[in-house]
Amino acid sequence: MSPWRAAARRFRRNRPAVAGTVVVAAMAAAALLAPLVTVDPLAQPDPVGLQDRPPSAAHPLGTDPYSRDVLSRTLHGAQVSLLVGVGAALLAVTLGTGVGLAAGLGGRRTDEVLMRGVDVALALPRIVLLLAVFAIWDRAPPAAVVVLIAATGWFQTSRIVRASVLGLKQADFVAAARALGSGRGGIVRRHLLPHVAAPVIVSASLDVGNIILLEAGLSYLGLGVRPPTPTWGNMIMDGKDVLLSAPWVALAPGCALVLTVVAFNLAGDGLRDALDPKAA
Amino acid sequence: MLRFAVRRLAFAVASVVAVVVITFLLVHAAPGEPMLGTPERTVASPETIARQRALFGLDRPLPEQFLRYAGNLARGELGMSFVLHRPVAAVLRDALPNTLLLGGTALVASLLLGLAAGALQAARHRTRTDALLGAATLVLYSIPVFWLGLLLLLVFGEGLHWLPVSGMTTPGLGDDLSRLGRALDVARHLVLPAASLALVQAAAFARFQRSALLETLGAEYVRAARARGLGERAVLLRHALRGALGSTITLAGLSVPYFLAGSVLVESIFGWPGLGRVAYDAIFARDYNVITAVALVSGVLVAAGNLLADVALAVADPRIRLGQ
Repeated sequence: MSPWRAAARRFRRNRPAVAGTVVVAAMAAAALLAPLVTVDPLAQPDPVGLQDRPPSAAHPLGTDPYSRDVLSRTLHGAQVSLLVGVGAALLAVTLGTGVGLAAGLGGRRTDEVLMRGVDVALALPRIVLLLAVFAIWDRAPPAAVVVLIAATGWFQTSRIVRASVLGLKQADFVAAARALGSGRGGIVRRHLLPHVAAPVIVSASLDVGNIILLEAGLSYLGLGVRPPTPTWGNMIMDGKDVLLSAPWVALAPGCALVLTVVAFNLAGDGLRDALDPKAA
Repeated sequence: MLRFAVRRLAFAVASVVAVVVITFLLVHAAPGEPMLGTPERTVASPETIARQRALFGLDRPLPEQFLRYAGNLARGELGMSFVLHRPVAAVLRDALPNTLLLGGTALVASLLLGLAAGALQAARHRTRTDALLGAATLVLYSIPVFWLGLLLLLVFGEGLHWLPVSGMTTPGLGDDLSRLGRALDVARHLVLPAASLALVQAAAFARFQRSALLETLGAEYVRAARARGLGERAVLLRHALRGALGSTITLAGLSVPYFLAGSVLVESIFGWPGLGRVAYDAIFARDYNVITAVALVSGVLVAAGNLLADVALAVADPRIRLGQ
């Protein structure tokens, strides 16, 4: 049995990991179907008469201080969180893998320059930079949020990839492939990437939850994806002042946020245990 | 060891310089005027704007502005706040101790809680205790710190009225109290914001400590100790936890960025008058000198944390400082 098939079997037997995957899939389905099954998240059918209403048949999770439907906004908020979380993690992994390969394969000088740069970059206070950029960039589209979070989050991955490439370069099977006439591209594709894939997949999947929390923190401060576009962060901000009189406004997005991040972390832990049996 | 420390110190300085340069360029290259809001929102006349720009030297070319800023910085001058009309150094002097108190308390609490929980889980591996603590740390690790802060505020502040929810002191009480009374008053205000920061980070520490200990417990020298007939408790205390001091300092050093990020959110929820509040206000007011100075201070704190982590790791593990 191939190592990947064996890992898939270990993952399927890990009940919390499967549960996390199911929740992630359900949340993704809800985000995609939200426009079809709920009312317009920006609609204010009666701007002054419907503020902070408790859950009812018409509004299953109540309404917010602007008379908007909380259920619809919570489901639409999933779009931003998942897009930013998954998108930025994938982009960061791609960047980090690219730089890690370049440093590992590119000779001493390249390696030195890239890794000293990464050392400095790892010491930058990410949150201060992101706060400054988004405060200045008033109307950043979600794609810009994805790019900027990824651009400040690939450094660790590049270190992981570089370290495994440096080890693998010396391995006998790589030397054998080279002796048999494989080019550099073929060696990277067939021999290096499959080996660095496991640790990279694990670190990316565990990163998704952190990125979702980071985006929520930014939009809680009113930065990044801006109101009126619903995000879980800005919905919690809307509900903050009516926490006692209308708790559903903040509880719905807050619970969705925690549930989603727990699910991603369960799936990520499961992937780690499945791909690296020693660590389990 | 000395050469290693000097090398790491050079990286630390380089990263602080990088932070200052990047932040300076970001805030000065951006649209919008200090004090006057963004171009769309400003109410000031073009003449007023021009006068302000000239007053603060913002009409000069960017390289010239940067050289002037760097020159002032080299003399320890951080400039004036455009908005607060106070020297930036004075603003920082007021705010930084409050953030260090909040962050330091949270750091110590989260280390104690997290390392104890992780060690207990490793000692009781694959038991119900391990599973329960594992579930609790997973949920806490997945909670946004501002959401936990709001929940604590709702339950213990607004609901039970056990603890104050805003500021650092009770207004109007300061002069009537003894020094001890004032300290207790600050401590009561500290509980909820520090707990919000500490609980989330404790979960991260516990997850790390558990897997690190489990890995050590499987190591050769621990198996050798067991083979010599040592009991499990002695193995855990004498061998597995021995490397714990170095890794604890490393963890504490690397967690600085988390506490900085968390303080921006938590200070805004609990009205704590610290660096996070200063940063938040300055960013929205485009108070350039304050933004750059906050970035500088954060950069120094993060770099100091990383340096501490590197040195602690090198002391604990000779392979690292020898560059192997």
